Amino acid sequence: MTTDVIDDQSEHDSHDGEHHDHKMTGIKRWLYTTNHKDIGSMYLWFSFIMFLTGGAMALVIRAELFQPGLQIIEPDFFNQMTTVHGLIMVFGAIMPAFTGLANWMLPMMVGAPDMALPRLNNWSFWILPFAFAILLSSFFMESGAPNFGWTFYAPLSTTYSNGSTAFFVFAVHIMGISSIMGAINIVVTIMNMRAPGMTYMKMPLFVWTFFITAYLLIAVMPVLAGTVTMVLTDTYFGTSFFDAAGGGDPVMFQHIFWFFGHPEVYIMILPAFGIVSTTIPAFSRKPLFGYSSMVYATASIAFLSFIVWAHHMFTTGMPLFGELFFMYCTMLIAVPTGVKVFNWAATMWRGSLSFETPMLFSIAFVILFTIGGFSGLMLAMTPADFQYHDTYFVVAHFHYVLVTGALFSIFAGAYYWLPKWTGYMYNDTLSKWHFWCSLISVNLLFFPMHFLGLAGMPRRIPDYALQFADFNKWVSIGGFAFGISQLIFLVLVIKCIRGGEKAPMKPWDGAEGLEWTVPSPAPYHTFTTPPKID
Amino acid sequence: MTNGESQNKLSKQAQATTHDASVKKTVKKLMLIVFGMFGFGFALVPLYDVFCDITGLNGKTSNVAASYNVKSIDTERTITVQFLTRTAKGIPWKFEPMVNEVEVHPGERKTVIFYAKNESTSDIVGQAVPSVSPGRAAVYFQKIECFCFNSQPLKASEDVEMGLQFYVDLDIPDDVSTITLSYTLYDITSSVDS
Repeated sequence: MTTDVIDDQSEHDSHDGEHHDHKMTGIKRWLYTTNHKDIGSMYLWFSFIMFLTGGAMALVIRAELFQPGLQIIEPDFFNQMTTVHGLIMVFGAIMPAFTGLANWMLPMMVGAPDMALPRLNNWSFWILPFAFAILLSSFFMESGAPNFGWTFYAPLSTTYSNGSTAFFVFAVHIMGISSIMGAINIVVTIMNMRAPGMTYMKMPLFVWTFFITAYLLIAVMPVLAGTVTMVLTDTYFGTSFFDAAGGGDPVMFQHIFWFFGHPEVYIMILPAFGIVSTTIPAFSRKPLFGYSSMVYATASIAFLSFIVWAHHMFTTGMPLFGELFFMYCTMLIAVPTGVKVFNWAATMWRGSLSFETPMLFSIAFVILFTIGGFSGLMLAMTPADFQYHDTYFVVAHFHYVLVTGALFSIFAGAYYWLPKWTGYMYNDTLSKWHFWCSLISVNLLFFPMHFLGLAGMPRRIPDYALQFADFNKWVSIGGFAFGISQLIFLVLVIKCIRGGEKAPMKPWDGAEGLEWTVPSPAPYHTFTTPPKID
Repeated sequence: MTNGESQNKLSKQAQATTHDASVKKTVKKLMLIVFGMFGFGFALVPLYDVFCDITGLNGKTSNVAASYNVKSIDTERTITVQFLTRTAKGIPWKFEPMVNEVEVHPGERKTVIFYAKNESTSDIVGQAVPSVSPGRAAVYFQKIECFCFNSQPLKASEDVEMGLQFYVDLDIPDDVSTITLSYTLYDITSSVDS
């Protein structure tokens, strides 16, 4: 077995420079592929399809909320929309997009020929479509899709479930297994496949953030698996983990869920930090300011994420000591996060900046993510949280962090590496249109939600009091504009794959990293002989 | 194949073997974390109960009868103990305390009666679950006898008087002057049957 691998490798060595792909053709190439670039592309396409699916659900929500009163859909279907929108965006859009970027870029960045476990890689992608097929199929069942919120609080998901709990639980199990396998692959690749001379502190920050994120995934996805298993047995097999009548406790559900849920939040933002820490230096033509402090800040955020979970539950009647503990720990996270924001600003300071689309998305990320961070601090204050809890203020907060944060960083990364992936430069005008349309509409969409929340509009309701009507109208207009703007990106990517101006090996003159030392498009096999790093 | 080439190939082979071994080792370690954390998720359940028992968090009271061996009664202090009852959705019982509140001195033993009546036409097993407010008073509220330790079956239209005997611990913090004991009654017929 091992000799085969070596024969294969020496063959490649002797044909250096020539394309010697052994690619299968048609659908089989994609079904059987173990190539990290193929799998990366599949992850990225899958996440984009899910992004549009979840986005369509968001538009159903916004259409209903355009005016007060019930116009378009029933309240129960509205709840199904909010629930599945959340699940799809978290597990189907943001997380697979990051895994896709990791698959494409990590091996090239550390100078490895592929991920360490290519067959596992194939599996972790291919079970994902089945997970979402199960979840979405529940829409066509008599009972309907999950309607208990993506946080599936017991007893909503147990005693009062509409019968969709089993679909939900098995879908989440499969998504979790996929994430765990992907994360194991990332850790193993980074630990064992780095090019000679690439010490841990020489790794690009992108690699560091994925390394730490993968550890978070390995630590908390099994806890999520445990939680959904308890929900499953409570609903169908008569256990009472969360049922007070049988000696359980519904508040305990929230503790276990948020023990997973809070690190999950950082799983969706740490890779974003890695992406903008790659793009900002490239377009500032300066090395990243404070590299090692960035590494330590990422690690401390990851550590702190395990001891702040109950800030999601300030109103459950915790004792004063608990509220204070979780409040101060949460506020402590602002310190390493602040270190990062200052480092990005310092990287740009006196740099020779140019504003290509990846840079525009990165700068928007820094500013808008910081707004989301600040509203997070407001929510962290226990006494204030009693007013903000479960209002649109929370919705505004996490959409600033996840849409203008995580999603914008993914766009920044996509625009940065797209020439490397396709071999063609994309249409610059179209990309600028995508950026400015997205930027304006996303703020119209999410900024007024702050005011709605402060004025007391609760989240997850299909109807609202009349005084919220004006803001909701603007929010809905922003929502539809943002949704349509994303189609520009789809057109741009398809055009870029089909052709255009030939991309040079390194299209951005300030870019650093091993991925720019290979031709564009990146050959099917790269770094079969590891590069030397000094 | 020259001699040098084959040697080169051998050393590459050796490298690949050690590489495979280290990959396997890392995967094994990571799988241990995965299984460990899956177990930890379930371990949180008993840990949560223990944590609540020790600290009285969440107003959880002990499910075990306390033995009454108090040496003195603190007649200086008087604590008001209020009783609340509610029935969970779907249990057609009347369930209420005979008195709404009593005054006790710390260390003093007191008995109160609760009344329950099955107002439906079928046999039902009920289970009362207590909760104490303020939560930090829960560890000082000692139940010597309580109907909540056992489930309560009632035939159709049957009624029952159920006793609760308790005392308040002498160590109860000075600023606690009122304790509210709330019972929620659940229908557990289906889980008893199965």
